[in-house]
Amino acid sequence: MNVLSVEGLSVDFVTAEGRSRAVNDVSFSVPRNRTVALVGESGSGKTVISQTIMGLLPEKAHVTGGRVLFRDPATEGDPVDIAQLDRKGPTLRAIRGNRIAIIFQEPMTSLSPLHTIGDQIGEAAQLHRGAGPAEARELTREMLSLVRFPDPVRGLDAYPFELSGGLRQRAMIAMAMICHPALLIADEPTTALDVTIQAEILKLMKDVQETLKMSMLLITHDFGVVANMADEVVVVYHGRVMEQGSAAQLFGNPQHAYLKALLNAVPRFGMEPGERLVPIRPIEPHAEGFLKSGRTRAATPGTPLVSLSGVTKRFVTRKAGMFGGKSHALLALDDINLTVNRGECLGLVGESGSGKTTTAKAILRAIEIDGGEIRYDAGAGPVDVSKLSGADLLDYRKRVQLIFQDPFSSLNPRMTVNDLLSEPLVIHKVGTPEERAERVRELMRLVGLDARFLRRYPHSFSGGQRQRIGIARALALNPEFILCDEPTSALDVSVQAQILNLLKDLKRELGLTYLFVSHNLAVVDYIADRIAVMCRGRVVEVAPTRELIENPLHPYTRALLDSVPEPDLDAPLDFARLDAGRASEPDAWPHPYRLTDGMTPTLVETEPGHFVCAPGLAGRAPLSSVKEAVS
Amino acid sequence: MAFYVLRRILTMIPTLLVISLLTFIIIELPAGDYISNQIAALRAAGESASIAKLEFMRSEFALDRPFLERYLIWIGFWPGPHGFDGLIQGNWGWSFEYDKPVAEVVGPTLPLTIVLNTATILFVYVVSFPIGIYSATRQYSWGDYGFTLVGYIGLATPNFLLGLILLYFSNRWFGLSIGGLMDPQYIGEPWSVAKALSILAHLIVPTIVIGTAGTAAMIRRLRANLLDELHKQYVTTARAKGMREARLLLKYPLRMALNPFIADIGNLIPSLVSGSVIVSVVLNLPTVGPVLLNALQSQDQFLSGFVLLFVAILTLFGMLVSDLLLAVLDPRIRLGGKAPS
Repeated sequence: MNVLSVEGLSVDFVTAEGRSRAVNDVSFSVPRNRTVALVGESGSGKTVISQTIMGLLPEKAHVTGGRVLFRDPATEGDPVDIAQLDRKGPTLRAIRGNRIAIIFQEPMTSLSPLHTIGDQIGEAAQLHRGAGPAEARELTREMLSLVRFPDPVRGLDAYPFELSGGLRQRAMIAMAMICHPALLIADEPTTALDVTIQAEILKLMKDVQETLKMSMLLITHDFGVVANMADEVVVVYHGRVMEQGSAAQLFGNPQHAYLKALLNAVPRFGMEPGERLVPIRPIEPHAEGFLKSGRTRAATPGTPLVSLSGVTKRFVTRKAGMFGGKSHALLALDDINLTVNRGECLGLVGESGSGKTTTAKAILRAIEIDGGEIRYDAGAGPVDVSKLSGADLLDYRKRVQLIFQDPFSSLNPRMTVNDLLSEPLVIHKVGTPEERAERVRELMRLVGLDARFLRRYPHSFSGGQRQRIGIARALALNPEFILCDEPTSALDVSVQAQILNLLKDLKRELGLTYLFVSHNLAVVDYIADRIAVMCRGRVVEVAPTRELIENPLHPYTRALLDSVPEPDLDAPLDFARLDAGRASEPDAWPHPYRLTDGMTPTLVETEPGHFVCAPGLAGRAPLSSVKEAVS
Repeated sequence: MAFYVLRRILTMIPTLLVISLLTFIIIELPAGDYISNQIAALRAAGESASIAKLEFMRSEFALDRPFLERYLIWIGFWPGPHGFDGLIQGNWGWSFEYDKPVAEVVGPTLPLTIVLNTATILFVYVVSFPIGIYSATRQYSWGDYGFTLVGYIGLATPNFLLGLILLYFSNRWFGLSIGGLMDPQYIGEPWSVAKALSILAHLIVPTIVIGTAGTAAMIRRLRANLLDELHKQYVTTARAKGMREARLLLKYPLRMALNPFIADIGNLIPSLVSGSVIVSVVLNLPTVGPVLLNALQSQDQFLSGFVLLFVAILTLFGMLVSDLLLAVLDPRIRLGGKAPS
């Protein structure tokens, strides 16, 4: 029996510019107790479909055809056509939040910051189950323990800003579940979360589904999540269904070209060396002119370009007090030792708050460090970056550039592309205006953009195009070292593949060195030569990419690898192993990895080039004995 | 919470001291003082007879001392010619222009100033609140456009002109006397119900006149704030729970949009006082505004200094009220917490 059947649904948006069709003749159904995944890239209409089912479409959207039939298994009554109901009317309100519930992507903004969790969750029970305040509180407490809140009673009176992202998403799930809905719509429920927390939330959703016997419509763009959660898959593109069927069918034997292309664009573990992702729209960069000139640098590849030794950074957070008040020091970087060799790509991996971005900022000298040294070898021997000043510092800034995570906020909306790309040249007084104009055109060709776009403003570009403008800007000064701070995490898979390939090609063509910061292990696996894993401000493991993926030693690295959902039905997440859930607590790691406050995170070499943070083994010199102890 | 209140009150003390110093510097900025100007005028007129008396007054009011000493004597931290006798001892100073203690000059105007200001703030809030909500929830409706038009007219019309027009009509239709804060027959009379009613009736026009611009600005602000909040994700979450629109609006976005609204209480006061000077002169209101204007023109320094300080205290008090209200309304402020990223 189908809980939900969408039949020939079409939705139009009416704006000042005219009418545009967001959803075009879409049909699919969600059977009872099953999970259906709705997969597509941004702009594919998958969110509009979910809004239609919830009756939450914006004012300017109109359902122009089709039916959305909801059959409540609890009442066994006749199906209701949600598309026909008044969006603000009582019939739909009684279904919404009661029989059909939704979880959103952003746990940070989905809850009101001014009301307690208990108030916001219990509200649904008061609305639909006629519960009084005391009863609602009790129901909420039950739900919080169902979603495994560490302390449900205290959780009731907590405000969202007091909770971490993972806990907020648990609270959202509790809110959606409190009326035991027949259908749960999960709109990218784990996209904003770290990979270890994502695995926990996915497991939680599976468990809750099991307990409450409900159907789930999972909206996502992540094929790893789809492979682990979905029974059936619907692929949408530009508002149309491209392909649908069981998960086994679609992964085993994709039919439609679009689905095939998407699957080819997803980076996976264990890709052959030299195997490339196949983006839907590839770009081929060609370096010429000034980018090619001056590339005959004396230094040989493989020698250390940047080395961090004992780098420490403390952030002081203040709690309000009478005059100044208590201050609390947070160790953002604890004795970081790391080397980036010329011509390589070092991947820096870790969850949010692990200190990876702080490391990148420290190298850029965007923040001052409290201890240790960062040395940079510009060709004439290593120089301490913190002592650079005047012309030397300016030269350093030319050599080291940054690509940002968010292509939307990192480009000034009031500047044309031409202004954006020539600004670095103007600041560093490079060339005459004519030469600059020539350079800017060259940069555009390099990232596969038409030079005619130079007079446009950033808003007229897509996310991927903006990111290419960001890359062109970083290359404007012909740098040798580029810090990439999660450059693809805001992009769709197909665009991500395009950008990753572009970065790879640029590195080869221009002889660049990368520090690639990311939380996505599969992406880092694809692009990096070596990987450093960070956790709680410490480097816990460094090894060549293949070695780290195939033979991880540190418990945190293992947990990280275990929690990556792979787009492969034969490699499901091992939910049982994730249950420990304390992989990112340094004092819960087993000996010899255990780290308590104040302990030096010593790195020990187990294989040539493979370092692991094991303070318990510090001082044991011979390689073989260390190897024995960790294996 | 009690600690927070105490802390806020204690931090007002250094703030007040800094304000008083700044005030003193500002009123002393013009060359000379009231008495030396008088002396110069008498000299020019060739009358040297009363100069000796004025010289005596100069030393009597410590005007011959150095700047810092004058300031400290004014505040009451330094012994003047009569020992410690400054603001904190309750001596508000001497008005040369009126030849009376400052307390007697401004005394009668202070309660009326506070009453008028409070009434105006209440008017601003009571009127702008529902209109702001209406405009935001019915964006681009006829009502929204209508209120926007009226608001802009309110912003653009000179206050005194509006005041005169309203006075004319209230006299013509309701028989209210022109100007003043009560009918002339009650001036100097003991308090009675009739007198209080007369004051209330006379408050209406000045309140509307002084409050119009503030109301118009506040409507725009609340509308913009609320519009921002209405499209936030947590509103959708609440709607997805199946809440009724009206309840949802009051519980979630409105509370978020309130913050800037409340934070403005403190800012409103000085602008109302300084903005209402001309209105007070035109409407002949016995508030502190015209007194301040006169004092500044004639360099009656203790008087103007006191009035400026009085407005500053009112402002600080308004700020305190808004801070406390914010702490009550917003747990993020109360708990001093920050979201872990």
